[in-house]
Amino acid sequence: MTTEPRAGRLELRGVGLRANGRVLIAPFDLTVAAGQVATVMGPSGCGKSSLLAYICGTLDPGLQADGRVLLAGEDVTALPPERRRIGILFQDDLLFPHLSVAENLAFGLPPDVRDRAARQERIGAALAEAGLAGFGERDPATLSGGQRGRVALLRTLLAQPRALLLDEPFAKLDVGLRTRFRRFVFDHVRSNHLPTVLVTHDPADAPACGGPVIQIGLTSEANGGEIP
Amino acid sequence: MAAAIRQLARPVGGAWLRWVPALTLALFLAPVGAGLIGTWLPAFGYFPALGGTEIGLAPWRALVSYPGLGTSVWLSLCAGVLATGLSTGLAVGVVAACHNTRMFARLRRFLAPLLAVPHLAIAVGLSFLIAPSGWILRLISPWATGWQVPPDVALVQDPYGLALTFALVIKETPYLLLMTIAALDQSRAGERLAVARSLGYGPVTAWVKTVLPAIYPQIRLPIYAVLAYSLSVVDMAIFLAPQTPPPLAILVFRWFNDPDLAMRFVGAAGAVLQLAMVVAAICLWRLAEWAAECLGRRWLTAGGRGGSGRLPSMLAEGAMIGLYATAAASLLGLALWSLARRWPYPEALPVSWTLDNWLRQGPGLWWAGSTTLLTGVAAAAVALALTLGCLENEQRRGLTTSGRGLWLLYAPLLVPQVGFLFGTQVLTIRMGFDGTWAALIWSHLLFVLPYVFLSLADSYRRLDPRYARAALCLGASPNRVFWRVKLPMLVRPVLFAAAVGFAVSVAQYLPTLFAGAGRFATLTTEAVALAGGADRRVLGVYAFLQAVLPLLAFAAVLALPARRRRAGPAPAGAPL
Repeated sequence: MTTEPRAGRLELRGVGLRANGRVLIAPFDLTVAAGQVATVMGPSGCGKSSLLAYICGTLDPGLQADGRVLLAGEDVTALPPERRRIGILFQDDLLFPHLSVAENLAFGLPPDVRDRAARQERIGAALAEAGLAGFGERDPATLSGGQRGRVALLRTLLAQPRALLLDEPFAKLDVGLRTRFRRFVFDHVRSNHLPTVLVTHDPADAPACGGPVIQIGLTSEANGGEIP
Repeated sequence: MAAAIRQLARPVGGAWLRWVPALTLALFLAPVGAGLIGTWLPAFGYFPALGGTEIGLAPWRALVSYPGLGTSVWLSLCAGVLATGLSTGLAVGVVAACHNTRMFARLRRFLAPLLAVPHLAIAVGLSFLIAPSGWILRLISPWATGWQVPPDVALVQDPYGLALTFALVIKETPYLLLMTIAALDQSRAGERLAVARSLGYGPVTAWVKTVLPAIYPQIRLPIYAVLAYSLSVVDMAIFLAPQTPPPLAILVFRWFNDPDLAMRFVGAAGAVLQLAMVVAAICLWRLAEWAAECLGRRWLTAGGRGGSGRLPSMLAEGAMIGLYATAAASLLGLALWSLARRWPYPEALPVSWTLDNWLRQGPGLWWAGSTTLLTGVAAAAVALALTLGCLENEQRRGLTTSGRGLWLLYAPLLVPQVGFLFGTQVLTIRMGFDGTWAALIWSHLLFVLPYVFLSLADSYRRLDPRYARAALCLGASPNRVFWRVKLPMLVRPVLFAAAVGFAVSVAQYLPTLFAGAGRFATLTTEAVALAGGADRRVLGVYAFLQAVLPLLAFAAVLALPARRRRAGPAPAGAPL
């Protein structure tokens, strides 16, 4: 899939996370160049997902965050999520069950592609790209895990994001599939010149990225993870 | 593991438990079914007790030729459908527009008291508020309007049924809001919203496009129940709807009480017509759902992102605050009237105050109040016992509820009360226990039970099963687990469900009349009996007390101290 290169880096300046005064993530800086994948490593429950929620603007009101998020030099910290244009992929694909595969992709496509034929064409191209030509009318539930993951990524890319966040999207796939899907995602990140942040607790993910690696949550491990 | 526990649980103390669901269904579906048949037969002329032995269409001919019938049907339809549409739109709109805002949390907190207040108290209070001689006009007269006497306009009992519609919206919106919130809690709405917003969708558009389709199936039955209720409400309509001709349900109710016994046949035919109207309205609503689904699909996939949603948020918030304020002012008005000695138009407040209105009612008020209280407590207790029995049986036997079970539960709420209570009354007369406490409580149970069940089921099913498993593995019997682990952990939702049941019972009008055979006066029946009388002060006493009893029940539950023992202060930021 080829979209306009929107070269611009993603910068986190002094970003940290607190819950009721307790530090979850100590403030840190991170710069991710366009087309680069940065990895944030940490044990489960240390606040990695909340960090991504803060970057894309959907942080739970019960948590407090510091620091600023800059995208291509523009401070987006105060913008509502829908105006940041930061795409996110979760561990679950979260394809909408009330829509077909093609309709899920259409949901991501911006409305300025008005013409119905043009919309169909873009969606068809996206499906072909995912190796899913002819799957448009299917119910997402009938797809395999890897197929759903690819549709979710393409839905995100159709919305023309300026950056991409990956919340352990490979964790639920089995090993062989994981490698292939990871390559699929990273190829698209590069060809779309998207600055990308991946959070994971799987050490195998980091070397595959090739970008900067940040380790968080080691200090709060003792009281972070388990539900008491 | 779960299967093993079930094996372990089955032989111990579960023998009688498995009959509870059947008993429950029999107790509350049999009267509905028998009542429907007992209403349909006279509608076609068969009612031996009154000399009707030939099946025929005579009652229908009498019904169709009754003057003003068409107007009555049309009035019912308009008020009922409009009220349901507005309530649904408002409830869904508020959640869509204000989801996760501070205002939403505040609206949510005041939901319980608004739900607790009976429909009738709102209707009476609203009529005191918006009538030409009502409080609002008193507050702005004569300085703003120049009126020294009440203007001659029909602000309540208006020919279009708008006052009735308004009152219904005040009461039904909070109920649908509660149902929407409950559905929301199980729908992973947060994740759906996060995805849609990261794709660039505005907050309200994101909600409508991704969350509403997921939760609508769960609020469908409550909407139908609201539709059925709004189309066939009697007690509210006596105060707020026009009376010549009145909505269909009032017409049917009058025929059933006509001194001319032959009118029972017409009434029965009217009751069937009422049921047909509700069925038709529900079918129409379903068709509209389909149409919306077809049109919505195009809109859903066209990619429109929507705006910041600030305007809809403000509109929805404003409308909800308006509803809350109207309800509060209605109740306050009832209290003021019940304490007024003299309140001449256009004074904004009573010019002299007194407790006489209360004291003079003496034994009548006491009798009606204690009947209301006893019936409510008894109906809520029986409903609670049956509900707990059903839920515990379900868990011990590892059953899951089907959609059909839910429809059965809603049956008494979907069938209009005037459509079957006459037949139920005939049944109790034949069984020889009409006009007894048992008949009265049983008739309330029909409507109390569904609400108690619905309000308790979610909490009960969601209790972490590991607690029960842990207790079983410690050697406790299933019964001991129920009494010593589950009930204490669920004490709040259980008592809340009981308060809901009590509030539903307090509000019942038609069941009290039909099953009580005129021998029982509750606050509700007394208040309705005072309709049309000129004395707002006495009506204020009954309606205010009717509103206060359920409020007190809810306040008592909310005031319960949280009985959670902690070893020490909870760790900061511990997951909730």
